Amino acid sequence: MTQLANANASVVVEQLRSWNAEAVSQVVERRGETTIVVPRHMLRATAQQCRDNPALKFNLLSDATCVDRFPIEPRFELNYQLVSLDRRERVRLRTSVSAQQPIIESLVPIWPGANWMEREIFDLFGIRFEGHPDLRRILLPDGFEGAPLRRDFPTEGKR
Amino acid sequence: MTTVESAVGTTKTMVLNMGPQHPSTHGVLRVLLELDGENVLSAVPDVGYLHTGIEKSCEDKTYSQAITLTDRIDYLNPLGNNLVYCLAVEKLLGLEVPKRAQYIRVMLVELQRISSHLVWLGTHALDMGAMSLMLYCFREREEILKIFERFSGQRMMTSFIRIGGLALQPPAGWRAMVKRFLDMMPARIDEYEALLTENRIWQGRLKGVGYLSPETLIGLSTTGPGLRAAGVAFDNRKAFPYSSYEEFDFEVPVRTESDCYARYLVRVGEMRESLKIVRQAMEKITDEGAFKAEAPGIIPPEREKMKTEMEALIYHFKIFTEGFSPPPGEAYATVESPRGELGCFVASDGSPKPLRVHFRGPSFVNLQALPYMVKGQLIADTVACIGTIDIVLGEVDR
Repeated sequence: MTQLANANASVVVEQLRSWNAEAVSQVVERRGETTIVVPRHMLRATAQQCRDNPALKFNLLSDATCVDRFPIEPRFELNYQLVSLDRRERVRLRTSVSAQQPIIESLVPIWPGANWMEREIFDLFGIRFEGHPDLRRILLPDGFEGAPLRRDFPTEGKR
Repeated sequence: MTTVESAVGTTKTMVLNMGPQHPSTHGVLRVLLELDGENVLSAVPDVGYLHTGIEKSCEDKTYSQAITLTDRIDYLNPLGNNLVYCLAVEKLLGLEVPKRAQYIRVMLVELQRISSHLVWLGTHALDMGAMSLMLYCFREREEILKIFERFSGQRMMTSFIRIGGLALQPPAGWRAMVKRFLDMMPARIDEYEALLTENRIWQGRLKGVGYLSPETLIGLSTTGPGLRAAGVAFDNRKAFPYSSYEEFDFEVPVRTESDCYARYLVRVGEMRESLKIVRQAMEKITDEGAFKAEAPGIIPPEREKMKTEMEALIYHFKIFTEGFSPPPGEAYATVESPRGELGCFVASDGSPKPLRVHFRGPSFVNLQALPYMVKGQLIADTVACIGTIDIVLGEVDR
């Protein structure tokens, strides 16, 4: 495990570890940013804890996005940027999803604002979100085939 | 699929297709409204008409080349987009930008904020039926665009902020130009306020319209003037200062009514604060000094050096043919754009082209609040709500 340079980061990790020892599988500290790697099945519970724990209070979901590490497996990395408006702090939650089973719990029950962000990831990466109230394509036309932001999708498009 | 049929309710209601060509949707936003008489029962926004795949195109460009694409995301705030992308790449590289370049960046993005708010004010007043204000606002915006043209040679798609600093030294005579604008602008903002703030029609159209509680707005990830009009003083320039904003003295305008009128007052207040910041930045910017960092192999060398130094010539060739390769990792940078928190996520795999570039557009995220805002209101209020969310479709659809 990496040494924690940021004192605030250790608070987040400590709080999460004391809540559930399995919640944090790895901590990455880089250039003042803290990334907490969460096991796939624990994502929603950990996010809920991040929002509701009075010592953390990450009340705003700034962004959710995906990185495709093709051909490495599990290829999809989901990044959630959380902000605590009161404590003026940011943290990133990360979890991995494989190509065989591109499905993950939706965070819409925790932050309604995750709705369109997850629809965008579904649209462009083809990852399904379990428990999403309205999982439809958002940017691309409904008849579009494929997930264009995957690394194996050619930039000039399929012919 | 968003169709007229899928939006039809069980009662005797009518479904109206507003947009994508409706003038008050500011571009190509389509909203399906389910109406009972003149009351909106539900609204379903449909976006994507302007999707150009900028994030995918970035993956096929070198880090420096991708800057020109960022201009085109939020076309009312191109310098802000340049800035957030460059901050993310600089974070990835661990690059320190000279103070002077940081101050010039601050000055330019604050001018950009004023110009963006002017477009918002002019078009929103036009939506509400006050035609003359648009002409006034665009007149003043033109002055800002002239300043940008002097700086970069471009009025809108400037690409002036580059990785590690700026594209060029500030041009001769920039100080007089900016000063002239600063002297003129406060009286002009008073003029707009004289036309609108106490105007009974303006108040009647905006007051009490589009209310959402601060808790709802935070849950919906809304940021920017929309959140600050609800009493939450969250501004990235204060909460997470970047580009030396901590050295500037300015207030964050906050209202508590959380209606369209409060959002208008917050934006007008922000224009005045931006003028304060520009004035301070002008004092901080020295006439002589560096405008980009010293980082061989990442930042192009001076033209003069290339003619005398072999090394500079090699670096120049390498930067423009192959690019540079940041170490593997990710960076997320955020700035306060005129519309809210603008974020940029860049992931590198150690090659000269980014593995992933993602923009967290405040317009895209803030637009989610529209169905909540207009529920139970009148059609005419929908126009006011779309206006005060202040969307730029280029950023919504990317």
